[in-house]
Amino acid sequence: MNKRLIILLVLLPVWIVVYYNLQTVTNWLVDEVLNLTSGSPFTEAFRFFIYELPKVLLLLVLIIFFVGIIRSYFSPERTRLMLGGKRQITGNILASGLGIVTPFCSCSAIPLFLGFVESGVPLGVTFSFLIAAPMINEVAVVLLFGLFGWKTAVVYVVTGLMIAITAGWVIGKLKPEKQVQDWVFELQSGNAETNNVLLTLFDRIQYGVDSVKEVVGKIWIYVAIGIAVGAGVHGYVPQDFMVSLMGKSAWYSVPLSILVGIPLYSNAAGIVPIVSVLIEKGASLGTSLAFMMSVIGLSLPEVIILKKVLKRPLIFTFVGVVAAGIMAVGFIFNFLF
Amino acid sequence: MEIKILGSGCSRCRELEKRTREALEKAGFHASVTKVDQMQDIARYHVMATPALVVDEVVETKGRIPSVEEVIQILIRHFA
Repeated sequence: MNKRLIILLVLLPVWIVVYYNLQTVTNWLVDEVLNLTSGSPFTEAFRFFIYELPKVLLLLVLIIFFVGIIRSYFSPERTRLMLGGKRQITGNILASGLGIVTPFCSCSAIPLFLGFVESGVPLGVTFSFLIAAPMINEVAVVLLFGLFGWKTAVVYVVTGLMIAITAGWVIGKLKPEKQVQDWVFELQSGNAETNNVLLTLFDRIQYGVDSVKEVVGKIWIYVAIGIAVGAGVHGYVPQDFMVSLMGKSAWYSVPLSILVGIPLYSNAAGIVPIVSVLIEKGASLGTSLAFMMSVIGLSLPEVIILKKVLKRPLIFTFVGVVAAGIMAVGFIFNFLF
Repeated sequence: MEIKILGSGCSRCRELEKRTREALEKAGFHASVTKVDQMQDIARYHVMATPALVVDEVVETKGRIPSVEEVIQILIRHFA
């Protein structure tokens, strides 16, 4: 037991040394060892790949480990308890914040929705949670931090929260109760027992290690593909190539990016590296943000899952309100920067 | 012993089922393993995060995939 803890404590300084010397080592490898011609498309694509991939993976491992530990203090049950009986606005703000830290997988969106409804969490508040949880996830934030810098990561989180709060509030105002499938309110709850285990600090650390294994084990391949495509674009696509298509003067690019983004079901792992390079080639920040939010936060599979509990008009309202929020973010950032 | 795997058929639920069967085999227990994938049925267990492992109608884990060793420990507790 303690041996594992010691291993983790040794790994931390190793992580720091590797992370902070990555740039030097990559350049040394590319320029000295392999002696590639600096500035050629292939060299720059290659340099991009072998620098960004380990960097992003290192960040993912570290952050997901700590997020895992934090998440072990939150559960959907606890979140539901905190949201029960909360009014609009306060409830929307709280739900959006909790959406970030509560463990969530879009495959359990329905059980979570049912649990919230059962204990009387207002629908608008529930929607704030369901918008924030997938959109602001640790993988997206880590990738944004690693590939765009901390400012863009903060902008993404803050605007994402604002969309979740406002969209949930607006949906709550529209009296959505009638638009929930009837069986939801007729549910009979059973009296199944639940074995609640108290977690020790060691269990929580284990929880962190497990989430690293599970998440990084699943997404590393998408990160690798995303960065490989990004590397190709970085090396071979001419500068300013994206200006006319995704630049800020092309106003229609914001709604277009959102429309394209909804059916594009990619996790943050694959899409962020590609978008980071598009910005380098002249895509504007607002349009890029809108595109990423649409891909990550509004996904077709999730909409299909939600159809089990929501009637069609409410599905359209949900997608429409969130898309409008994303569009506002896109336009505002294109206007400001 | 009756084991139920709650979840709507995502990859995490299949992983939980695989580990549960592996745990049964390693521990040498016999039990029926059923998948519960209807939302109405899942809701009856007050489970808000899938996949969940239910042994003899007691929800043992939810929202995470326990290791094979952990599943064995749970099974032993129920078998005793």
